[in-house]
Amino acid sequence: MNAINSVTGAKADVKQNLEVADNQVTVGSCFTEAPKMTMRNVNVFYDDKQAIHDVSVDIAKHEVIAMIGPSGCGKSTFLRSLNRMNDTVESCRVEGEICMDGENLYAPKLDVVELRARVGMVFQKPNPFPKSIYDNVAYGPKIHGLADTRVDLDEIVENSLRKASLWEEVKERLHQSGTGLSGGQQQRLCIARAIAVSPEVILMDEPCSALDPIATAKIEELIEELSQNFTIAIVTHSMQQAARVSHRTAYFHLGRLIEVNPTEQVFTMPEHELTEAYITGRFG
Amino acid sequence: MTKPVSTPVNNLEKIRKSLGRRNRSERLFRWYGRLAIFIGLAAVTVLFTDIVSKGHGAFRIAYLQLDVEYNQDLIGVDNLSDPKQLILANWQAVPKQALREQFPDVSGRSDKRKLYGLVSNGAGFDLKDRLLANPLLLGTQEKVWILADDDIDTYYKSWLDGEPYAARLSDKQVKWIGELHDQGKIRLQFNSNLFTRGDSREPEQAGIRGAVMGSLFTLLLTLMLSFPIGVAAAIYLEEFAPKNRWTDFIEVNINNLAAVPSIIFGLLGLAIFINFFHVPRSVPIVGGLVLTLMTLPTIIITSRASIKSVPPSIREAALGMGASKYQMVLHHVLPLALPGMLTGAIIGMAQALGESAPLLMIGMIAFIVDIPGGFSDPATVLPVQIFLWADSPERAFIEKTSAAIMVLLSFLIVMNTSAVWLRKRLERRW
Repeated sequence: MNAINSVTGAKADVKQNLEVADNQVTVGSCFTEAPKMTMRNVNVFYDDKQAIHDVSVDIAKHEVIAMIGPSGCGKSTFLRSLNRMNDTVESCRVEGEICMDGENLYAPKLDVVELRARVGMVFQKPNPFPKSIYDNVAYGPKIHGLADTRVDLDEIVENSLRKASLWEEVKERLHQSGTGLSGGQQQRLCIARAIAVSPEVILMDEPCSALDPIATAKIEELIEELSQNFTIAIVTHSMQQAARVSHRTAYFHLGRLIEVNPTEQVFTMPEHELTEAYITGRFG
Repeated sequence: MTKPVSTPVNNLEKIRKSLGRRNRSERLFRWYGRLAIFIGLAAVTVLFTDIVSKGHGAFRIAYLQLDVEYNQDLIGVDNLSDPKQLILANWQAVPKQALREQFPDVSGRSDKRKLYGLVSNGAGFDLKDRLLANPLLLGTQEKVWILADDDIDTYYKSWLDGEPYAARLSDKQVKWIGELHDQGKIRLQFNSNLFTRGDSREPEQAGIRGAVMGSLFTLLLTLMLSFPIGVAAAIYLEEFAPKNRWTDFIEVNINNLAAVPSIIFGLLGLAIFINFFHVPRSVPIVGGLVLTLMTLPTIIITSRASIKSVPPSIREAALGMGASKYQMVLHHVLPLALPGMLTGAIIGMAQALGESAPLLMIGMIAFIVDIPGGFSDPATVLPVQIFLWADSPERAFIEKTSAAIMVLLSFLIVMNTSAVWLRKRLERRW
């Protein structure tokens, strides 16, 4: 009897520690100079349930910002509100201000088609179209009318596949189905597809969670290369990955942004005790 | 220590005890399944055997060989290009005279009438067609195989099978047929009339061409209307419509429509298309409209199901690339959902092809001899033709009915097979 009590008691302790105050303020360096995207007082609701509470943060140009946190903390929801993918969820409502280059993304006159051409997205599960590798990459340029001639289109496809370091592996079979590739190759194909329209920002929603370690390493290498030309926001549940690829790390907890700091600092000297508890593996 | 403790040894015993029962129920279930399939197959076999055994005879029909003379005076024609003469001519005189020559002993009005009854009363017109196709025959003689009367046909076939059915014939007619058979002047030929002619009161001249063409025009219109409307409705409801009480209401009602008895659609068509819009009755236009109403719910429901089965990740990928919703649907969802939609459409068409009740309401049950040449010609359809023949008293229509059922069933089998084939062929593997 005693033993059982002590176990539940310990659980209650942890729970108490993890609760977040309603007036929780994000600690660390949320704001940057010359930001690419600025988010101010963002609240996201699913019907009446609030998934994101009052998040304010900047994303600097050509930086990789990682968003980490326990499952259900709202990091994916937040990421998906950055290119309005949440519009497809009917019950979802976004409040606050999300701007890119000073332009409000939720302004009524803004066209989501244009927005998503500027903010690309890579999803958790590799989702190439059931078409050829070539058509997968050429799809974006085609619908946005970016290539005037077939030669231009060929060039865009080749460049995108090269940037996604997939060209050498697929150049002989561009016209075979994209779904016939391995998981890691499929995910790189999705990245190539996203960068084919030269977006300014790329959102990645746990891009490696369905991949083996070798494929993961390749994608991580790729993210580093891409950060020279693109601004990248990546959601990951792997702290090692965040530590390896990102410049800054944002820690989310129960829908609140707890801490944003340079990655090194987050993993060595976290400011907030919740961040510390999470990265040291006390829960997750 | 109030209850025995659960130990590994204890558990293993319990599991072993339950194993027999579990395996038994699985075996039992397998046998139920086999039994169900056996009953189904047996029913199909009985049905098909019955239809084929009754209907195969209709594909052959009795012909008599006669020496005909295309006598100008007898027919009353000396110029085949004069339409007036052709109308007034006595074509049936030619086979009659040939029969008199074949059986010179026959005399007396009633015997002669029985003699003339050996050939179909359309035989003269068959000879006319032959003469018109080859005008040089006028005034000459030739040996021709002439269509026999349906009673003769029925008797001859049953006699060949060893169970002569002579109830409709006189003893003299039976004797004449015996003589013709001994001389090799009566035989069964492939019944091309069945496939080239329209309906007729005379079983030996009746064919299903009219009904097949009627079905074809009706179904063509049904497909042209119901597939685009159904697919558009399904796409709109599935991808564009807001999910609210109105769309729920519409969805419930579409499902209800699919369960409405088809004769109700016939009444609706009668009230709206014929009585209100004054579309002519008995024509494929109104038939196609009514069958469209009936098929639409099926197509909408199957199309929605196949749109739903397209993985959401594809939609996200397309939207994430900046495709508009319309582009997402057109480029990605539709190609992936198309096999399912086509299958649904073909099954809906097969349903429409076999439908007779609603068409009775809009006058497609009329007796129509002419083969329809378009959407606005009076027509009937295959199932209604079967109904009409099954209702006819002449014995020769029994095998014709079964033959028409065989044709209808083979159309249905072809359609269902092509649905399976299309699905297999267009389906994309992931």
